[in-house]
Amino acid sequence: MDSVGSIIMYLVIALSIIVFSVLTVTTRKILRAATYLLFTLFATAALYFKLDYEFLGAVQIAVYAGGIVVLFVFSILLTSHPGNNSERLVSKKRVLGLTAAVATFAVAGWALLHRCGAALAQLPEMSNPSMHKIGEALMGTGEYQYLLPFEAVSVLLLACIIGGVVVARKR
Amino acid sequence: MDFVIPLLILAIPLCMFLLLGILGMKMSPKVAGTLGTLGMGTVFVLAYYTAFTYFFSGSADFVNGTDRLQYIVFNVDWLAFTPELVIRLGFLLDPISAMMLIVIPTISFMVHLYSLGYMHGEKGFQRYYAFLSLFSFSMLGLVVATNIFQMYIFWELVGASSYLLIGFYYTRPAAVSASKKAFIVTRFADLGFLIGILILSFYTDTFNFIDMTSNPQGVLASTGGATFMGASVLTWALVLIYMGGMGKSAMMPLHIWLPDAMEGPTPVSALIHAATMVVAGVYLVARMFPVYLVETAALEVVLVVGAITALYAAMVACTQIDIKRVLAFSTISQIAFMMVALGVARPDIHEGLGYMASMFHLFTHAMFKALLFMGAGALIHAVHSNDYTAMGGLRKYMPICHITFLIGCLAIAGIPPFAGFWSKDEILVAVYDYSTFWGVWMTFVAGLTAFYMFRLYYLIFWWNEPVYHHKPHDAPWTMSVPLIFLAAVSVVAGLIPFGKFVTWQGHEYIIHMNVTVATISVIVALCGILLARTMYRKENTLPARVKAFWPWLHKAALHRFYWDELYLFITHKIIFNGICRPIAWFDRHIIDGSMDGLAYVTNKASYAIRGFQSGNVQMYVWWYLIGVLLLGAITTICVL
Amino acid sequence: MEITMIYYLVPALIMFCCGVYGFITRKNMIAMLISLELMLNAVDINFVVFNRYLFPGQLEGMMFTLFAIAIAAAETALAIAIIINLYRAAKNINASDLTQLKH
Repeated sequence: MDSVGSIIMYLVIALSIIVFSVLTVTTRKILRAATYLLFTLFATAALYFKLDYEFLGAVQIAVYAGGIVVLFVFSILLTSHPGNNSERLVSKKRVLGLTAAVATFAVAGWALLHRCGAALAQLPEMSNPSMHKIGEALMGTGEYQYLLPFEAVSVLLLACIIGGVVVARKR
Repeated sequence: MDFVIPLLILAIPLCMFLLLGILGMKMSPKVAGTLGTLGMGTVFVLAYYTAFTYFFSGSADFVNGTDRLQYIVFNVDWLAFTPELVIRLGFLLDPISAMMLIVIPTISFMVHLYSLGYMHGEKGFQRYYAFLSLFSFSMLGLVVATNIFQMYIFWELVGASSYLLIGFYYTRPAAVSASKKAFIVTRFADLGFLIGILILSFYTDTFNFIDMTSNPQGVLASTGGATFMGASVLTWALVLIYMGGMGKSAMMPLHIWLPDAMEGPTPVSALIHAATMVVAGVYLVARMFPVYLVETAALEVVLVVGAITALYAAMVACTQIDIKRVLAFSTISQIAFMMVALGVARPDIHEGLGYMASMFHLFTHAMFKALLFMGAGALIHAVHSNDYTAMGGLRKYMPICHITFLIGCLAIAGIPPFAGFWSKDEILVAVYDYSTFWGVWMTFVAGLTAFYMFRLYYLIFWWNEPVYHHKPHDAPWTMSVPLIFLAAVSVVAGLIPFGKFVTWQGHEYIIHMNVTVATISVIVALCGILLARTMYRKENTLPARVKAFWPWLHKAALHRFYWDELYLFITHKIIFNGICRPIAWFDRHIIDGSMDGLAYVTNKASYAIRGFQSGNVQMYVWWYLIGVLLLGAITTICVL
Repeated sequence: MEITMIYYLVPALIMFCCGVYGFITRKNMIAMLISLELMLNAVDINFVVFNRYLFPGQLEGMMFTLFAIAIAAAETALAIAIIINLYRAAKNINASDLTQLKH
């Protein structure tokens, strides 16, 4: 049995995730979409905090909310005139999108209910993984340790930086 | 013997063909004709030199005591498929190939010379000479072949050059269809030849003539007594090889192409369809003769086919109107004589007299038949028609042609001392010794020969003189010289002691006259000539009455006993309707149909799905998602 | 009331479906990219939730999310670079209008 605070917390997070997600894809102003995305990402970070992954929540805020969304905003400002509404959707397209979304929801939800509906009624006890532990997991080479992916990602980021520079460079 | 001269004999005509064929259009006809004739003249000299060296030098390579040997001048690997399966090209000298080395260049040179006059001003003169050179090359290569495969290669080459020359006037539909007919019929026969070669080589493990013929019993032993449909495998192989000879030599029932081949220029008929190519079948059987002797059943086939063809062709020749056709059927009949002679040749009958007689007749026939054809060419040149109805009384206008043609007729009719008498006499002796029935048969055919040749002679040079638009006159010297030369040869060729040169296995053989047979044959020939003289010397009603007496026989013979109609019936009605139509239907509707259907379905399907390739990434995602969801749903259902 | 796994998974699923809808319907390439981020984020949540509920002592899900965030950042940066470049070339960033490569 969860505490009332926890439930309220959960409801707030879940509601904001749902509402802001829907708003992100339905608003006709692109800058607003970016803003709603930011809120969604914050809500996600809050969810991580609630699930005791504080480091992950911090990363989510710092990288996603802080980095990516800012990138979005910049690019939006570079490529479109603020205040311009996007065109109204053609009904055919809306139908296609809705079909896909609803079908996804139906199939995945059905699978979820069947596979995970009854699983694990209780939230297991877990202490917040310490920074020390995360650091060891990231930098170690043993079992359940991730030095190799870490290096791979670092190379990827480097490549991405170079690629970004090369692609966006003015000729 | 040095290999240079034999090599040159083959190389000069080939080079001449390439030169005239490639550059011919750049030179004037006169230059091209002179070049071709000079080239052939050189070959003529070289071939005579080679043949005379072979016969008279007495070198140990060529002769052992009185026996003549087979000598391979050179034999080079041409296609080496495997160490065992090698196809060689070479030059074999033995009595018959040396004899052919005299016959072919002589006739070919005469024809080259004659054509300078006959073909003067024709369109494609250079091409004509190129083809003549090609033919001479192929024919020489055929006779000097050291192995059966080389012979087959050149066999096909002579077929091809014959095709080209028959169809020389390619704007004339008759010539085109005649060349096609000749090619298809001989090609069909060559299929049998090829199968025969394969069977024989399979059992003997060799293509070489010398290996096959030096040990013919071994050939039989190697088949291990295998039989097929009641006849031994060796018989089948030999009969199939003979089938190739039947096609080239126009034996029944594959004779139908030769009369039509007369659509070609007359000198070509003289060279190819009288003297050289058509005797290739005889030459083939003679070449393989020791193997045939092992399996005499095949020789029986040769004999019977030859005898029937001889009679048939002689009967048809009595009724034809076109003088070249008469000569064509006469050629068929005479080649059949040679075949019969081979068919009756046995070592125990006068040491294979038939073999010698056949080669002798081949030699003399080549001379006088080429003479007759060239004479016919001169006549056609003079009156511009092939039919004797347009001729008559020509002896006054064309004395040279008249005399030479008469000599040719006397030679073929078998009147002593002309060439044909001696060779035909030997054949008859050989046949009588083998079987009296066939002897009488062939004597009758010989009489018929005399009759139809003199019928032709009298109808052309005597009979009634039609109205000539312009006075016919003798041909130019280029045409007369070959006529006179060949006439001279036809007079004296019979006096050559042939038994000394060309005999079976090279044993010397002394020709001795069989007085009875000679007397009978001369009397029969004289009867034939007298009958022809009575009927055709002056215009009278006798021929018409004879015709009316046996109308059906005359009609049947005039239509060549309906062989062409039979072929047409078989090919058009039975093969076309029975086999080709269903196959064509199958091809058109089932095979084409399935392919068309495939294309149609592909086309329709492409039209149907090309919307997917919109280039719109969002649509791609949509379809991708549908796919994923379907897979997910299926997986979930299966797992649950 | 127990907050079970499904309570977290359903909002994530809704988020994912919103991403799908947005990706398919939006013309603007940046909007499509935003939808993409939504989908990615939904998947991240799933990782974390499964990690938290099923294997609480371990860090696999969390680590995966961490890397996913890093890769998403890289991908976004690159995509935006391309989009800006396209915008320079075509003065337009509507996916359906950029058809020069098709022909």
